Amino acid sequence: MNELAITVIGTDRTGIIAEVSEALAGVGANLSDSTMTRLRGHFAMTLICTGPAAGDVEKALAPLGDLISTVRVVEQEADAEVAGEPYLVSVHGADRLGIVAAVTRVVAASGGNITDLTTRLTGPLYVLIAEVDLPPGVADGLAARLAVAADELGVEVTLRRAESDLL
Amino acid sequence: MSDVLADWKPDLLGVDGKVLPVVTAPAGVLSGVGAEVDPQDPEVVQLAADLVATMRVSPGCVGLAAPQVGVGVQVFAVDVTQHPKTATSHGTFVLCNARVVEASRWRLGREGCMSVPDLTGDVKRAGRVVVEAVLPGTGEAVLLTTDAFEARALQHEIDHCAGKLFLDRVAGAHAVYQRKVYL
Repeated sequence: MNELAITVIGTDRTGIIAEVSEALAGVGANLSDSTMTRLRGHFAMTLICTGPAAGDVEKALAPLGDLISTVRVVEQEADAEVAGEPYLVSVHGADRLGIVAAVTRVVAASGGNITDLTTRLTGPLYVLIAEVDLPPGVADGLAARLAVAADELGVEVTLRRAESDLL
Repeated sequence: MSDVLADWKPDLLGVDGKVLPVVTAPAGVLSGVGAEVDPQDPEVVQLAADLVATMRVSPGCVGLAAPQVGVGVQVFAVDVTQHPKTATSHGTFVLCNARVVEASRWRLGREGCMSVPDLTGDVKRAGRVVVEAVLPGTGEAVLLTTDAFEARALQHEIDHCAGKLFLDRVAGAHAVYQRKVYL
């Protein structure tokens, strides 16, 4: 069965998700993981679907003329491997060029794998929150290097363990 | 009445508990509202012992509700004594027909659940609760006041008995995560 990675983006309005998901269901595309959010007045969707050929999905989405979509076949995910330890990186400060690039480069250099990241700009304030899997034993070193990077950028950064409790 | 709980031990049930298989979502039993029980019913007493036995063999498990072993009733076991976030602890206990009568000091925490093994989620819970319940076996009434992690565990288990998972209470669309660390 095909696994498809689909992106859809367009100026936000009522009914985008209903129309896109109806179009996908209409060609038998079964939606598995997705993230959908509004970014500065644009509605952005990133979807993984299984089922039909990519061309069928493209045809199904084409009538939604105000939305820009891409469809491509991707490899089916292998069993999710147990990765490192979960951490959260929070950055906030005055907006400037290159914050995401600098912070994520430091994380990558420590072997950290970013699994989720959101940025928000509101007025002059820039906020970045990232979920990061870290290899064991690198957190303290990474925290120190993030502090150096943050100092150079003139922003505040914190790295903390994303603990979860089994109940 | 809380003194009753301080003196309570699973041995008082007078039956040996069996380890039962844990049911995972989307099993229907996890979504049904659990029935109130007669705490003196021998089946309820046996279930209480089974919940304690199953909780004890499950690594990291601090609470287990009857729907999680496939029984749709309002009974659960809790034991947070070993957990680092515990402040107040009442040891190992089993409650029937429990309900929260007071709740305050709400705070967010990330929860995992044996019945939802691949996800965790951020859930707001009261950091202080008063819970009213009856004990299996004797049927004695207890009024339990607790805080911190034991309060969170009680709310999570009472939710199970009402057919709710932490997924029904997550803080937002981005508050569910792939679980990364398995005990």
